[in-house]
Amino acid sequence: MLRVEVTKQLGEFSLEASFSSEGRVTGLFGASGAGKSSLINMIAGLLKPDRGNISLDGEVLDDTAKGVHVPPHRRRIGYVFQDARLFPHLDVGQNLDYGRRMNRLADDPAQKKRVTDLLDIGHLLDRRPGKLSGGERQRVALGRALLSKPRLLLLDEPLGSLDAGRKIEILPYLVRLRDEANVPMVYVSHDPAELRQLATQIVMLKDGRVTALGGVKVLTGTTA
Amino acid sequence: MSEITPAEWTAILLSLRVAVVATLVATPFGIALAWLLARTNFWGKAVLDALVHLPLVLPPVVTGYLLLLTLGRRGLVGAWLADNLGIVFAFRWTGAALACGVMSFPLLVRPIRLSIEAIDRRLEQAASTLGAAPWKVFATVTLPLALPGILAGMVLGFAKAIGEFGATITFVSNIPGETQTISSAIYSLIQTPDGDTAAARLVIISIVLATGALVASEWFARRATARLHGN
Repeated sequence: MLRVEVTKQLGEFSLEASFSSEGRVTGLFGASGAGKSSLINMIAGLLKPDRGNISLDGEVLDDTAKGVHVPPHRRRIGYVFQDARLFPHLDVGQNLDYGRRMNRLADDPAQKKRVTDLLDIGHLLDRRPGKLSGGERQRVALGRALLSKPRLLLLDEPLGSLDAGRKIEILPYLVRLRDEANVPMVYVSHDPAELRQLATQIVMLKDGRVTALGGVKVLTGTTA
Repeated sequence: MSEITPAEWTAILLSLRVAVVATLVATPFGIALAWLLARTNFWGKAVLDALVHLPLVLPPVVTGYLLLLTLGRRGLVGAWLADNLGIVFAFRWTGAALACGVMSFPLLVRPIRLSIEAIDRRLEQAASTLGAAPWKVFATVTLPLALPGILAGMVLGFAKAIGEFGATITFVSNIPGETQTISSAIYSLIQTPDGDTAAARLVIISIVLATGALVASEWFARRATARLHGN
């Protein structure tokens, strides 16, 4: 269970959001500039809220009143960025292994095989990120985040930088991920169609405020 | 042109030793400083930045004289080091290495700083979300991505160190076998009536070493670009 209740001033823009979610996939929906990225950066610990608190499964990650701020590397929250952010100096296999090494987790070949099979990236292991297509890069980024064994997975418009054809290529992997990987997700998107397919719960954000909460039906009447 | 004499070999080997030691000792400090200048903001940063670049614009003889005043046998720091730790720089080859290290420091720091500034900080954020503590992010992402810049800085610093003259001769003089580097050997040779041929040999060696360093530095810079693009 993720609980968020934060305020943050970023220049002229003010973000004031509170929600809690228990679903498998929480869709964070809103136009660009609505504050979606700032909000998940706060969940990841990359951005500190001015005031408020964030907790995951009962563990307090941020509590400004008590001066608590758990740094990102101790949150065990995976993050798939829109631009993949694979490490250019490491090959795909080393990128996938990075989280396990940093968290000093034991090697888990079965898990690695499950994830590489799920995402169809087994044949890419020796390649450098520079030699991958956009869709392949995004699948590797998904695998890398999953293999760090996160308690929660944040996805910030993971299809945002892909063209329509590639989106259709990746979407089924995300559906499989939701149904098989057993990690709760927060999925950020400005595309209602994407969220209808993936999300189990919607948090709608507009101009830094939560305007609606509920099932995917709250998306009715919205357009990308 | 005849063969290189033993005396000339001594100067060449001493130059190499001085430049290698100066570069290796200066590099960790150079990396730390480059990181501070590229990534942090603190009170007095502009002053520190200027201080690092000072040896580049000061007359070398001034740098050498300041070293002599502070680290010479009777210098403020030098006397203390000699009395308490038995470390003496004045008129020793280690002093030559120190002078060369100081003089080449700006050239060492600059490429490292530029390569750290060129690193996409979002990669470091990604590393932290994967569980890497800040020092691990530095060791596994920042440092490897900056490596070509570090090597380029080391090559440039080395080239500068091997050719340094003014600060070295002011600080540690021109003692054959102890502090006489290629540069000071050339200086001595062109002051003597029959030294022209020998000087010419050393001049050619300096040109070869300097050119080699520039080519190597250029190569590392190209590698850096390729590496940052993930190829």
